[in-house]
This record gives sequence, C-alpha cells and structure tokens, in this order.
Amino acid sequence: MPEIPLPQSVPLAWYLILSAILFTLGVAGFLFRRNVITVFISIELMLNAVNLSFVTFSYKFKQVDGHIFSFFVMVVAAAEAAVGLAIILTIFKNRQTLEIDEVSSLKN
Amino acid sequence: MDAILFLLFAAIAVVCGINVVVQTHPISSALSLVGVMGSLAALYLLLGGEFIAAAQLIVYAGAIMVLFIFVIMLLNAGKEKKLPRRLWVKFAGIPLLAIFIGIVAFVIQRMLPVTEGVKFGAMTHGNPQELGRALFNVYVLPFEVTSVLILIAILGAVVLASKEIE
Repeated sequence: MPEIPLPQSVPLAWYLILSAILFTLGVAGFLFRRNVITVFISIELMLNAVNLSFVTFSYKFKQVDGHIFSFFVMVVAAAEAAVGLAIILTIFKNRQTLEIDEVSSLKN
Repeated sequence: MDAILFLLFAAIAVVCGINVVVQTHPISSALSLVGVMGSLAALYLLLGGEFIAAAQLIVYAGAIMVLFIFVIMLLNAGKEKKLPRRLWVKFAGIPLLAIFIGIVAFVIQRMLPVTEGVKFGAMTHGNPQELGRALFNVYVLPFEVTSVLILIAILGAVVLASKEIE
C-alpha cells in the first residue's frame, strides 16, 4: 500500500484556502438561493470563513488581536441575526412569502 | 497527526458548506451550517484559540442557530420552488466557481511561501486570561460600543417583530 506523504505540520496557507473555499460557497449561496432564510444562512457562512482567516493570521503573528476581532465579528453576527430574522418575520407577515424575488416593492 | 485532524475537519467543513448551498429546504441548510461551525471550532482549537472555539460553539452553534431554527419552524418554511435557470448558469456556474477557488488558492500559495507550519500547542495566547486582558485594556472602547450595538439590536428586533400590521 503506497504511503500518502503527509506533512508533519499543516501549512498556514491550507487554512486560508479553506477559508476562501467556505467564503466562495457562501457567496454562491447568497447569489443563487431564493429563500430569504437560506440567503441569511449563507451570510453566516461567509462570516465564519472570515473568522477562520482572522484566527489563522492571529496564529501567524502569535498575537491575540485576531481572536478579539473574530470575537467582535461573532457579536455583530448575533446582532445581525436578531434584527435580520425580525425583518424576515415582518416580511412574512406582510406578504406571506419567503421568496426573495417576490419582495420587490423597492424595484424601479 | 495535525495534518490528519486538519484534513478531517476541513473535509467536514467543505462538505457541510456545499450542503448548505445545495439543499433546497432551509432546515437542512441550517443543520449543515451547524456542521460547518462545529468543525471550524475544532480548527480554532488546532490554531490555539481555546476561547474562540468555545465561543464559536456557544454563540454560533448554540444561540444563533437556535434563533434560525426557531424562525424556520415558526414560518413553516417549505422547499424552495424550482425555477428554470438560464442555460449558461446551469452549465458554467460550477466550473467557474471551481476556477475562481483555484485562482484564489494559487494566489494564497504564492503570497505565503513555505513558512513554518501550524503545530498544535505553539500558540499559547488564546486562553481566556490573555484575551480578557487585551479585551479590557486595549479594546475596551470597541467592547463598550459593541454592547451598545447589541442593546440597539435587541430594541430593533423587539420593535420590528411586535409591530402590528393592519
């Protein structure tokens, strides 16, 4: 059985590439999904990806500032989730729909 | 060992992330997002961020996801309707996405030449003690501003959600 060569320690770039992949998936979900809640979940995915790169750079510079930034990102994400979900509730009460294409009263 | 753990959790994160985007039912997307968040918490631990890993699990996978699932259940959100997509979107979307990720990965590899790898335990500044010291000395103003932001968000959410629509 051939041995798969695995590095003893993970290169820092792998973490950043994983972060980029997750961010791109979040952008794709944000653009392609039509359900408001799924769009919102994609935004959370993007925030998580950014957090990962913050923590990675914090490791690289051996400083705690990146951790604090990702902590603030978490707090802002919590606030954003509360307000956003309230907005979604209001939209649903007004229009009985969650399809993002049907909420177009600001168009034109 | 580090590489195996990283690859395991990275694979879980990517598969769950793809699942978030591909699933048509919001509840499946939300539960896949929990998988992403859990594996990211494990990766934070590998990077030496103990406090951030715990906060990720408690705040994100606990509080925010419960909020999401509450709203999905409350609104009884169903499957997304299938709408016809344009032909080029159908066939060019995924390859273009893969090419974009490839370019970004290439750029990251080029910009970060072979540095020292990530060793578990090499970063010792991620404990709550150091974080609290930085948070309450250097970052005390942003911290207080964030608390005001949270207060405003609570008020906004209550006002928005309790508004009566005639």
